[in-house]
Amino acid sequence: MDAFIPFAAIAASALFILSLMWMSHPSTARRGVRAGEIGMAIAIVGALVQHEVVDYHLIIIAMIAGCAVGIPMALLMPMTAIPQRTAMSHAFGALAVGLIGAAEFYKHAQPQFAGGFVLWALMFEMLLGFLTCTASVVAFGKLQEILPTRAIVFPGQRIVNGLVALATVAVAATLALDPTQTYLFPVFVGLALLFGVLLVIPIGGADMPTVIALLNSYAGLAASAMGFALGNKLLIVAGALDGASGFILALVMCKAMNRSFANVMFGGFGAVAASSAGGKDDRVVRSASAEEAALQMENASSVVVIPGYGMAVSQAQHKVSELYQALTKKGVDVKFAIHPVAGRMPGHMNVLLAEANVPYEQLVELDDINPDMPQTDIALIIGANDTINPSARDDPGSAIAGMPIIEADRARSVFIIKRSMNAGFAGIDNPIYYNANTQMLFGDAKDMVGAIAKELSGGGSGH
Amino acid sequence: MTALNPDYLFVFIMAAFLGFQLIKKVSPLLHSPLMSLTNAIAAVVIVGAIAVTGGAGATPLAKTLGFIAVFCATVNLVSGFMITDRMLKMFKRKGS
Repeated sequence: MDAFIPFAAIAASALFILSLMWMSHPSTARRGVRAGEIGMAIAIVGALVQHEVVDYHLIIIAMIAGCAVGIPMALLMPMTAIPQRTAMSHAFGALAVGLIGAAEFYKHAQPQFAGGFVLWALMFEMLLGFLTCTASVVAFGKLQEILPTRAIVFPGQRIVNGLVALATVAVAATLALDPTQTYLFPVFVGLALLFGVLLVIPIGGADMPTVIALLNSYAGLAASAMGFALGNKLLIVAGALDGASGFILALVMCKAMNRSFANVMFGGFGAVAASSAGGKDDRVVRSASAEEAALQMENASSVVVIPGYGMAVSQAQHKVSELYQALTKKGVDVKFAIHPVAGRMPGHMNVLLAEANVPYEQLVELDDINPDMPQTDIALIIGANDTINPSARDDPGSAIAGMPIIEADRARSVFIIKRSMNAGFAGIDNPIYYNANTQMLFGDAKDMVGAIAKELSGGGSGH
Repeated sequence: MTALNPDYLFVFIMAAFLGFQLIKKVSPLLHSPLMSLTNAIAAVVIVGAIAVTGGAGATPLAKTLGFIAVFCATVNLVSGFMITDRMLKMFKRKGS
């Protein structure tokens, strides 16, 4: 049976690669999931039949318990909770990596392994695993709003973080050089866990897409490091794929905000909110009603809807879909402009709109929609703020200067659904609200979009 | 056992480059399902957890740690693949 194991690993690696390849397009993506599942099944069988494994009781119990938790979770989880679930699964994955590392460490806590490569790889793996675990739990808390979503900063934070990081690395190095000092091991684990918490608390809610992507990358790298320590190429491959994926997504997110990794991780963005409100209240804001908006929309030939996190918060996606159906029926061309960092994780808006049955051809990326904006009759902004803020483009002094935006202000008229005139996440003044072609629709996104859709499908034909 | 096996580094570099090329081609439309898929794939660490838990001569500590790790990895891989599929099922073309 042991002869089968290397081939199982090769087959599983190949299937994981195919899985990602097929993921590139919606028409083949589900095939990708199948490939991944088959690869995983082969990998697990390969692990179970190796001759070193002699006791199956605990493994079977743990797997049944895992299914008992995992299956209901997968079936019942509402789509609006996808960012939270993703954060939670990063925590679970990283915890598994950390614990396996701990078990391996105790196995290697003997003088003959001191300073060896396996120990260094294990320490690196556990450092990433444990810090990703608590960092993901904090991210989960922020997404679930158990913890404050704003950035939590305190004086001397960077110094404290730096010292904790140094201490963690120092203890890790000591243990790698002399693994017999096992009393230091819990200290190392505690420091790594603490560092994970410190890493994420100063990051605000709107930076979560980058953070989640980065944690995804860390979890992958930790798995890869474990492959190095255990001499398992399948783990190296799977971890490298996961690490590359998270890293690219994090890069995409950073680019979409025109910020660096360092700035996201250490910037404390969103901590100093609403400082720019003074002396600007003389500007005029025009507001409109749902009826007026509906009337203009049905007479338009093109409408671009720009959703943001506000749409997710008020769970307006189904009403937005009704609006889309009503307008399409009247011959209006409706597109959705999706900013990469809209929402709380990469692709958040796409999943919500797909759930509400908006066909995916209508979802357009930032770079593709902007050239069309000047010819667009109406831009309808639902719960987005910073991603449409023209000062990112026009005002070099703005805190978000240079961030790519969806140029909603270039449309002939702009409707903005907003609860009140409060500044957005970044606390930055948004001049689009005061433009002559802008009309504000004050109210909850779900109620307002519902009201417009009702107007359109109801007595709209008389005009 | 005491030095880095260059074969592993070779495998890692190749897989990372391949990963970069493949992920770059994934439509931003699918970034959420991509993340849950790669997360499920990374749950292949269950392979290590199985070896730790069921290995001959595993200490009670190793068994306990391994047991929790098998549990966590199973939750991730089962829910990861299923949720990815649930998300992807929702992405529909016009008129379908």
